[in-house]
Amino acid sequence: MVEHLQADGEEPCVTLDAFLDQSNATAVRLESDEDARALIPHLDRLKLIEVAFPKFRDGRGYSSGRILREAGFTGELRAQGDVLVDQIGYLKRCGFDSFAPEKDLNPADVEAALTRWPEHYQGAADGAVPIWKLRHG
Amino acid sequence: MYKYDEYDQQMVDARVAEFADQVKRHLASEITEDQFKPLRLMNGLYLQLHAYMLRVAVPYGTLDSRQMRMLAHIARKYDRDYGHFTTRQNIQYNWIKLEDAPAILADLASVEMHAIQTSGNCIRNISSDQWAGAAADELTDPRPWAELLRQWSSFHPEFSYLPRKFKIAVIAAEEDRAAMRLHDIGIQIVEKGGVHGAAFYVGGGMGRTPMIAPLINDFVPLDDLLSYTEACLRVYNRYGRRDNIYKARIKILIHELGADEYRRQVEEEFAHVKSLGIDPPKAEFDRIAAQFAMPPLDASASDEIDRSDPDFAVWVDQNVAAHKVPGHAIVNISLKPLGGIPGDASSAQIDLMADLAGKFSHDELRVTHAQNIVLPHVRKADLFAIWQALDAADLATPNLDLISDIIACPGLDYCSLANARSIPVAQKIAQRFADPARQRDLGELKLKISGCINACGHHHAGHIGILGVDRKGTENYQLLLGGSGAEDVSLGTITGPGFDEDGIVDAIERVTDKYLSERTDGERFVDTYRRVGMAPFKEAIYG
Repeated sequence: MVEHLQADGEEPCVTLDAFLDQSNATAVRLESDEDARALIPHLDRLKLIEVAFPKFRDGRGYSSGRILREAGFTGELRAQGDVLVDQIGYLKRCGFDSFAPEKDLNPADVEAALTRWPEHYQGAADGAVPIWKLRHG
Repeated sequence: MYKYDEYDQQMVDARVAEFADQVKRHLASEITEDQFKPLRLMNGLYLQLHAYMLRVAVPYGTLDSRQMRMLAHIARKYDRDYGHFTTRQNIQYNWIKLEDAPAILADLASVEMHAIQTSGNCIRNISSDQWAGAAADELTDPRPWAELLRQWSSFHPEFSYLPRKFKIAVIAAEEDRAAMRLHDIGIQIVEKGGVHGAAFYVGGGMGRTPMIAPLINDFVPLDDLLSYTEACLRVYNRYGRRDNIYKARIKILIHELGADEYRRQVEEEFAHVKSLGIDPPKAEFDRIAAQFAMPPLDASASDEIDRSDPDFAVWVDQNVAAHKVPGHAIVNISLKPLGGIPGDASSAQIDLMADLAGKFSHDELRVTHAQNIVLPHVRKADLFAIWQALDAADLATPNLDLISDIIACPGLDYCSLANARSIPVAQKIAQRFADPARQRDLGELKLKISGCINACGHHHAGHIGILGVDRKGTENYQLLLGGSGAEDVSLGTITGPGFDEDGIVDAIERVTDKYLSERTDGERFVDTYRRVGMAPFKEAIYG
């Protein structure tokens, strides 16, 4: 289920450069212009990857999320920044399971956004069965 | 044609509910204009000079008569009794009230239509050949692939906040009637060794930096169509420029990387994406393709056409095209009457075209990128009755592909981006060349007008193109020659200094006079231009 707030006392995220130099960190922050694939050799020791959304229009993080999940990352994948309620459904489909929006979201709106679409046309990173598969069993 | 199943209907219904909620929250000031803007744009709602404009999707330009009647109903109930058919095979309404938009979307959903992704930085309506499924020269009907892409691209979670808008066209004939290579991705279904595949042209476009899409892959197996498209998009989403809106289209990325490097990155991504299992099985393609089966046409129908009415005969020669089934024809309805607004149709005209489709064209219509309407499956024996009905409604102008069959953007009469008006210029040119015999003598001459550098009127691709600009506060029109959006794709070249509204009409006449004096037998305008070059035309224009 979706978490909205950063848990107290968790390890702070380090930058990608710092992470690649420092083998013991377990939480990393990926800026929107950084290559998610740089993390692929290290996924098994990461608990948290925070992906930055500096502006809601900057959609690079959606690809980053999918790439990390497609590479087998099973830890927490957090969308941080200009994260709005109308993007949450797409973010979840791209593998994000936690959200740290700069401005608080109305929980009822989040719930509505996440339950609006009973099915989806295409496969993504959330494990949803695409409509074409439902059609053909 | 494709009919929604419960899943398709559910998607559209959910979208209607979502947008109604977003409008409600916006009207209640819970979401700001800045936050609402991308949401309304993804539902085709623009804020124009005078009002909201709603753009309704017509996937690959295909409609049935019930849907066409709904377009008339919307024009009548929510707009000023007319609609404007666009260069992307859609229709837009110019005088919409924001608070009506949810009800309009609900009306559309009741006939399996929507305005999803007709705007915004996402994958737009998939366009195609308006003669698909009927053209005598096609390899196969491209629309099942377009429908597969429509479903894949609808609410695509990764590609809804791209650097910029993204347009895909699919064709399956050598003759390109969809300006395929001027799209972000142009797909041509081709045959190699008896097997069909997809040639991918990526990075074309018009706008302020027009580019012809280079060939990125000459034969993608059709089983991999979606994976390959997804790989093309992922490379763009990750590396397309986001620092400058004017450099954000995929054409700029491919131009900066080079086609070879872009191809290398796509192939690398594709090798990975292919493993994700996102391509539907053949059974899904077959399910879709079955719905595009040719209607039951009687191949023994008469091939004779009674040409005794001379006006009818002229229309047949100009506006009727060859069908793949004997005894049948494709009717092209011109929305370019003399003095009219290119692409506009009244609700009464839209209803009439729906009636004709129901009666004579197996319930099917098409919208063309040249802003005309097509009845794709007509018996030759019915052509005269169709022509009579069209003629009575001012829809039988026999000018397909002639100089008065003008593509024009809405321009400064409507559009908030425009620098100059397009519509009055189109009207003046049509008036100047009003004599039908003169137009026919000039032959195929594609004239396209844009009221600003964004090129919605395809001026780069006109045999003759006109670009309206703002020059020190007055409207000024630049003239371009030698473009083409067809299989002989090329980009027009500016002749020289621009003109005022009357001056541009005079300049075009000097250009066409020059063509008539230079042409050799069988040469179209653009052929003569390519043979003799700009110099003689420049001389004729500027002395």
